[in-house]
Amino acid sequence: MPNKIRKLPDSGDVQVPIGPQHPSLKEPESFLLTLRGEKITAASVRLGYNHRGIEKACEERTYIQDLYLIERVCGICSHAHLTCFVQAVEEIAAIEVPKRAQYIRVVVGELERIHSHLLWLGVAGHEIGFDTLLMYSWRDREIVMDILADLAGNRVHYGVTTYGGVKRDITPEQIKDVLKAVDTLEERTKYYIELAKNEETIIKRLSGVGMLKHDDALRLGAVGPTARAGGVDRDTRRDDPYAAYPEMKFKVVIDDHADVYGRTLVRMGELMEAYSIIRQALTNMPEGVFRVRAPRRIPAGEATGRYEAPRGEDVHYVKSNGSDKPERVKIRAPTLANIQAVTHMLEDRYLADMPIVVAAIDPCFSCTDRLIGIKDLRTDKKQTLDWDNLRLSGIKWYQKRGVDFSRLNEKLKRSFK
Amino acid sequence: MKTPGKILMQVLESVGKKPATLNYPQEKPPMAKGFRGKLKFKPEACVGCMLCTKDCPSGAIQIKKLGEKQFQCEIDLSKCIYCAQCVESCARKALEYTDEFELANIDRGKLKIVYSAQPPANTQPPTNVQPSTNAQPQDPTQK
Repeated sequence: MPNKIRKLPDSGDVQVPIGPQHPSLKEPESFLLTLRGEKITAASVRLGYNHRGIEKACEERTYIQDLYLIERVCGICSHAHLTCFVQAVEEIAAIEVPKRAQYIRVVVGELERIHSHLLWLGVAGHEIGFDTLLMYSWRDREIVMDILADLAGNRVHYGVTTYGGVKRDITPEQIKDVLKAVDTLEERTKYYIELAKNEETIIKRLSGVGMLKHDDALRLGAVGPTARAGGVDRDTRRDDPYAAYPEMKFKVVIDDHADVYGRTLVRMGELMEAYSIIRQALTNMPEGVFRVRAPRRIPAGEATGRYEAPRGEDVHYVKSNGSDKPERVKIRAPTLANIQAVTHMLEDRYLADMPIVVAAIDPCFSCTDRLIGIKDLRTDKKQTLDWDNLRLSGIKWYQKRGVDFSRLNEKLKRSFK
Repeated sequence: MKTPGKILMQVLESVGKKPATLNYPQEKPPMAKGFRGKLKFKPEACVGCMLCTKDCPSGAIQIKKLGEKQFQCEIDLSKCIYCAQCVESCARKALEYTDEFELANIDRGKLKIVYSAQPPANTQPPTNVQPSTNAQPQDPTQK
């Protein structure tokens, strides 16, 4: 894919690359837009600029070390990824998780959803040039961040979930603090909902932008608020309940706007549901142990974990071979499911809508980049490389272009010994 | 009523309020209870089971045997991700986390912290060896 602006000879359209490094993108990702005047006629996305090799790295570490690696798949939905992975491992090892632990997982999971949606609201405000909203929503997000730090010991990577339960219990004082914070946040969210419904700047800027109708959402496999804003009634918490969700009463928020405005309303509605779930979980929290012993070696088997992350359904597949290291781990982050829909949403819209349309799926590209497939464009031959050969081919690629990394490599090797 | 500038009232309400930010480092925020900061090692409690080194996701912790029931612990703060799995794994509670978080240093060597039961007799002890009598580890930032 050429990374420069070029005019297409037959139609006169102009191809403009956006990214991998671009001010409107928060993470490196490459979009190639074909423009006719100001309108986008075709769009394509190219993933792979954030590949970190996490799945492969999981296979080389023990299950306990994987807890921390999986958590770092994403900074915003760290609890979602971790719990999803742990649920899969617990299914293989047939570990019975205590009720209290399941309730704590739900509380932290919903607090994380609040933190993620408030963050999204700020980012969306920023992308449409409404920075006042960014400042206020991020100020309120601090309340939930402080609560998470108090419960888990950290603001971002909570590390609450572990095999067989959770690492920390919730004390009665903490329950009081959380309930107090939830009251404040609910008050604020009501204000934001009123703002979203009455502020003309928001309605005019977001209505009709990034349309993804019900049938398209299903066809392109969209998940989470992106799909629910198009009327797709789908939520893993209700459809395939995990942790303590079977005992929670909540409604799945759907909307029929099918645009970015609809996605804003769905996320705000989900915030209100999250407050209600947290209240239910904290008031009905059963007494008892919050952790059971889990074996270091997981028996052979395979399982899939499903979790409704703030951005949509997260899927982790784990295969074990009886040792203390997994044989295969596969992560399907929600952004991977939503990214195909973005190219559809961009078509027939103006170039200026591109940042908000991309931001509306709440993308996390580092979550998404998983696989490197090598395809020779001239011969159309596909090739997969193992770890060492991938490294060697990288060194050779640069050597051909006059950059020699072999000395740097030697130096790095020595310093890591 | 659908009008632009709906958030203006909110902005005006905030005019008289004090800033939400702190004047760090003059004012320091209280750390959350149970915050996972710099690790502390108690040599007298260690039995040398090596579970901490085995479970550490980043290879930041190393235990050396100095003699009978005497162990030395070397923690590399530049590698540590402050997950406190070693504290979880330690059956003897020889490791614990503190709420220290200002750990940045220009000198890489100072990021290695050694807690030793007794400095080895023949070798030169490292610069920041902590003898067992001094339980408080030296903080490189508070010099």
